[in-house]
Amino acid sequence: MIELTGVTRTFAVGEQPVHALRDIDLAIDRGEYTAIMGPSGSGKSTLLNILGCLDRPTSGSYRLDGEETRGLSEARLSRIRRHKIGFVFQFFHLVPRLTAAENVELPMAFAGIAPDERRRRIGKALAAVGLTARARHRPDQLSGGERQRVAIARAVVMEPAILLADEPTGNLDSTSGGEIVALIEAMNRQGLTVLVVTHDPQIGGRARRRIRLADGAIVADEQVPQAGGL
Amino acid sequence: MRASDLLRFSTGALRGHRLRTVLSLFGVAVGVASVITLTSLGEGARLYITGEFASLGSNLLIIVPGKTETVGHAPLVSTAPHDLTLADAQALARRVPAIRRVAPVVLGTAAASVAERSREVTVIGTTRDMLAIRHLSVRIGRFLPEEVYDAPLCVIGPKVQTELFGNRSPLGQILRVGEMRLRVIGILAPRGTSIGMNVDEVVEIPVETALRMFDRSSLFRVLAEVHGHRDMAEAKRAVLALLRERHDGEEDVTVLTQDSVLSTFTQILNALTAALAGIAAISLTVAGIGIMNVMLVSVSERTREIGLLKALGVTRPQVVSVFLIEASIISTAGGLLGLLAGFGAARLIQGIYPDFPVQPPFWAVGAALLLSITVGIAFGSLPARRAARLDPVEALMRRRA
Repeated sequence: MIELTGVTRTFAVGEQPVHALRDIDLAIDRGEYTAIMGPSGSGKSTLLNILGCLDRPTSGSYRLDGEETRGLSEARLSRIRRHKIGFVFQFFHLVPRLTAAENVELPMAFAGIAPDERRRRIGKALAAVGLTARARHRPDQLSGGERQRVAIARAVVMEPAILLADEPTGNLDSTSGGEIVALIEAMNRQGLTVLVVTHDPQIGGRARRRIRLADGAIVADEQVPQAGGL
Repeated sequence: MRASDLLRFSTGALRGHRLRTVLSLFGVAVGVASVITLTSLGEGARLYITGEFASLGSNLLIIVPGKTETVGHAPLVSTAPHDLTLADAQALARRVPAIRRVAPVVLGTAAASVAERSREVTVIGTTRDMLAIRHLSVRIGRFLPEEVYDAPLCVIGPKVQTELFGNRSPLGQILRVGEMRLRVIGILAPRGTSIGMNVDEVVEIPVETALRMFDRSSLFRVLAEVHGHRDMAEAKRAVLALLRERHDGEEDVTVLTQDSVLSTFTQILNALTAALAGIAAISLTVAGIGIMNVMLVSVSERTREIGLLKALGVTRPQVVSVFLIEASIISTAGGLLGLLAGFGAARLIQGIYPDFPVQPPFWAVGAALLLSITVGIAFGSLPARRAARLDPVEALMRRRA
């Protein structure tokens, strides 16, 4: 469902062009569980941003569900993000003034989903991450692990095909980090395509497919057919 | 997205930054309040002047002896004008049908005294009809009687009464004015200053008595009240014709109408109101720049939120509307608040100066509200567009503030 061909991404930093991604070819099928690993500055986040249609390749082709994204309008890319992609960030990115339920509601409100349907989906999404009792709490009343679970509920509430997680455990202790990974893996087992960016080999090691980046290029792409949870 | 959701999100954002919201709200409110207050003052001044003229009598011709009108060249033969006499005034009342009533006026100042108390007073020599023409009213006693032109009588203003008679009733008492001894027959109701003359400080006496007192042969002027406003031009022509006939064919009087004076005043006051409105508009613009600042700060503080919204698939127009709605809420609410404050200030001024009609004009209320909303949208659109253009990747990379 994801097909990158000859993707490069170059930033102009002062006079010097910086090649964040060089000639990436990558295909990911529906339902895969992939970790993107590499040292910082290797281009993992840039790759994730391009996959999430937040950023565009400088050259090359990115086909999502068979649709070429190059040259799509800003409005069309917004629709793709809205319906096909869920994001989870290292720093949660919850809106501090909104409760857990309202944070989960946010993408649905902007998508114009009817209030009844929204309430149903909020209930379902919060139940799936085990936070039904905390629906009325604001982020500052939640622990780090709980915040990230709200963020995951928000990422999946629009029923996307792909979940993109950028260092989802980077800001959590190991216990709650483990819970978050387990939660993401459970969603993967229900058919969600998952890509996790991490520099933590323990987290990355749990994925069935591990892609290693160095200096903007793929240096390893391993499949571990039998692996699931530890 | 539903409008109600958008509104809820925007109001939530405003409530989340209470101090900032209140401060910018205040800025707009001050701008609108000053529009309302300043235009009220301008409008009040206009109404005040108009009212003053109305109290002089609305359909009034003022006949002044002498040709004061300036025409191209100086007259070849300069003749002393004929006196304007009581007989002239009476002839006007009798023979010009458009004229309802006439009051001759002799004006002078004299010392008035009772026993050892004395003060300078304005003496007006006139007839009974003065009462109706100047809309005066008598508080105690009566005004000068009908068809009495020379008699040792006087009607005094309330201030003259209190200063010369104190608490004693002046009715029937003798008041010494200049060399004459006059019997007080009435006291005028208080009125205050009315264009050029304080009615409270006058002594009104019969016209011929006044001419003798000041040793004059000519009236100071004649006031003629015309039936209807439409008859003014006709009455003016008739007055000039009649007086020319009575003065041996010479046109030696000037007839003034209030319209000419009033329209000059109105022009000046309209300019004044416009200037005040301009000042107020500047303060509204300053408020608008305030909104813009606040919104720009809001955009940069909420960069991460905007990045998140974009990652969630919120479109650019939606981001623009979020920030535009926030700006419009501030400016509309601030406008309404300012309207209340402006009306409050107008009422306060009215309380302090009850004689001065402070009234916010309708156009100013509408214009102030419209302007504040326009200012909100105009100055809110730059920050809103900036928010929509933010690069989501960079916006999300920002660490916690």
